[in-house]
Amino acid sequence: MFIVNSPLKEILEINPHIYLLKVFSPEQTSIIKPGQFLNIRVTERIYPLLRRPFSVCDVEGDYLYLMFNIMGEGTNILAHKPIGTDLDILGPLGNGFNLDGNYETAVIIAGGLGAAPFPYLTRLLSGKKNILSFIGGRTKDDVITYNLKNVKEASDDGSRGFKGNVVELLDNNIELLHSQKIKIFACGPTVMLRTLKEFCMKYNFDCEISTECAMACGFGICQGCPIESTTKSEQYLLVCKDGPVFNIKDVVI
Amino acid sequence: MSRVDLSVKIGSLTLRNPIMLASGTVGYGNEISEFTDLNRLGGIVTKSLSLKPRKGNPPQRIVETPSGMLNAIGLANVGVEVFLKEKIPFLKKFDVPLICNIAASTIEEYVECTKILTEEETIKAFEINVSCPNVIEGGLSFGNDLKAVALVTEKVRAVTDKTLIIKLSPNVSYIAEFAKAAKENGADAVSAINTLVGAAFNIFTRKPKIQNITGGLSGPAIKPIAIAKVLEISRQVDIPIIGIGGIMDWKDVIEFMIAGSSAIQIGTLNFIDPSAPGKIINQIEDYCIKNGIEKISSLIASYQL
Repeated sequence: MFIVNSPLKEILEINPHIYLLKVFSPEQTSIIKPGQFLNIRVTERIYPLLRRPFSVCDVEGDYLYLMFNIMGEGTNILAHKPIGTDLDILGPLGNGFNLDGNYETAVIIAGGLGAAPFPYLTRLLSGKKNILSFIGGRTKDDVITYNLKNVKEASDDGSRGFKGNVVELLDNNIELLHSQKIKIFACGPTVMLRTLKEFCMKYNFDCEISTECAMACGFGICQGCPIESTTKSEQYLLVCKDGPVFNIKDVVI
Repeated sequence: MSRVDLSVKIGSLTLRNPIMLASGTVGYGNEISEFTDLNRLGGIVTKSLSLKPRKGNPPQRIVETPSGMLNAIGLANVGVEVFLKEKIPFLKKFDVPLICNIAASTIEEYVECTKILTEEETIKAFEINVSCPNVIEGGLSFGNDLKAVALVTEKVRAVTDKTLIIKLSPNVSYIAEFAKAAKENGADAVSAINTLVGAAFNIFTRKPKIQNITGGLSGPAIKPIAIAKVLEISRQVDIPIIGIGGIMDWKDVIEFMIAGSSAIQIGTLNFIDPSAPGKIINQIEDYCIKNGIEKISSLIASYQL
């Protein structure tokens, strides 16, 4: 991990209110793994004060992509940065997904902005594994399928794809999942991950999830982002350093 | 060879410069060492240590506030035993004064921790945390109670010859009284300030933004309060002060020294720019050169009121 100033090349709005930043950062792209994250200082001023964490969305040569929506002042500043300005990036941080293993099909499961880390994962696994993506959101605008493959869609209000949540959609496709050796990669809201954990335990599926927690530093010194471990109750794991990717069996959701 | 004498004294301890890293913002040194050369620093203060490991508070522990942040970590730490076994070997590799911050729930626990740690030669000083605002049974009541601060200081002093620093709470009416109690009971220095008690609510759910309800406010939002507290102590008590509170750049360091600080600690800034401490050391030296200051210690309490 290190701090680097990387020029912003492009800002795209890929869904209503969902932004994609393209940044020239060969220092980061040469080493970053899917599921790892970057902590970005959006201003040199003292408000907003802390860096903002973003999982790396995609890597294309020397360019990296970050996906986000406007949640507050920090992301608002970022979405309106002039092209060409330098982004102050601290990274790569945390542990990424483990793509190795004896499986035929990578099953990607995402809710809302939980889709963010998967274009890069899809890129790296293309041609090596089958890919099946189950993507959900509250409404059609929250279903983000950017650069994903073999997508099955779900929305809570039925405005796009299956009406219901993404785990219900998975359950509807259980025979398809049972017909091949799979590994699940997932990211999304806590309620989705909780339901997914029950689903994976029921069918004994191997599953890695990317988790999220408010944090100040992103590299272990603030101790601000605890997550309960299923094996060691006497201490917390840290989302930033021990995660953000965990095996779904290892953490209490 | 440095052109300016940046060294300062805290009790019997001489620091090569006034820049220290604050407890709870550098862990046990290993992560921050990837960004800042620890050998250049005046000192580093460990995450608060307690006799036994502490799990800390459940999430959410942190929330950003205007130009600041609230934290309620709850003194999560590895405990004295693991610290000595697993953390000291890394810290031994550096030539930087190591100050152990101790947090405890009882006076006996403060004494016991100090007794054990004082045997370790790598540890050059103790900073006694009598003021953590997030631990219900301990810190806050100590930090608010003049007699308790006096007693903790006296009892800890009795078991160590090393430099003893008492970290004071700003959540009191007259901080100078606490500095006086620390001095009268044998403390070599005080550090000021710990975080201020704060809270923030989500206006849609009406729930507190951090699980502990209240947390400790840090960052540039608290700097003017910290400067006022340092000045209050400086004007009333003859004891070295380590200034802490929202330092973001070299100008803040100089301001804290003018207000009465012999040294300073960088805290929240480490989360945002862990490479900042090294840059700040260069910049305070530049300031001294440009302003004809030969010894940075001449800035201490040089206020013109």
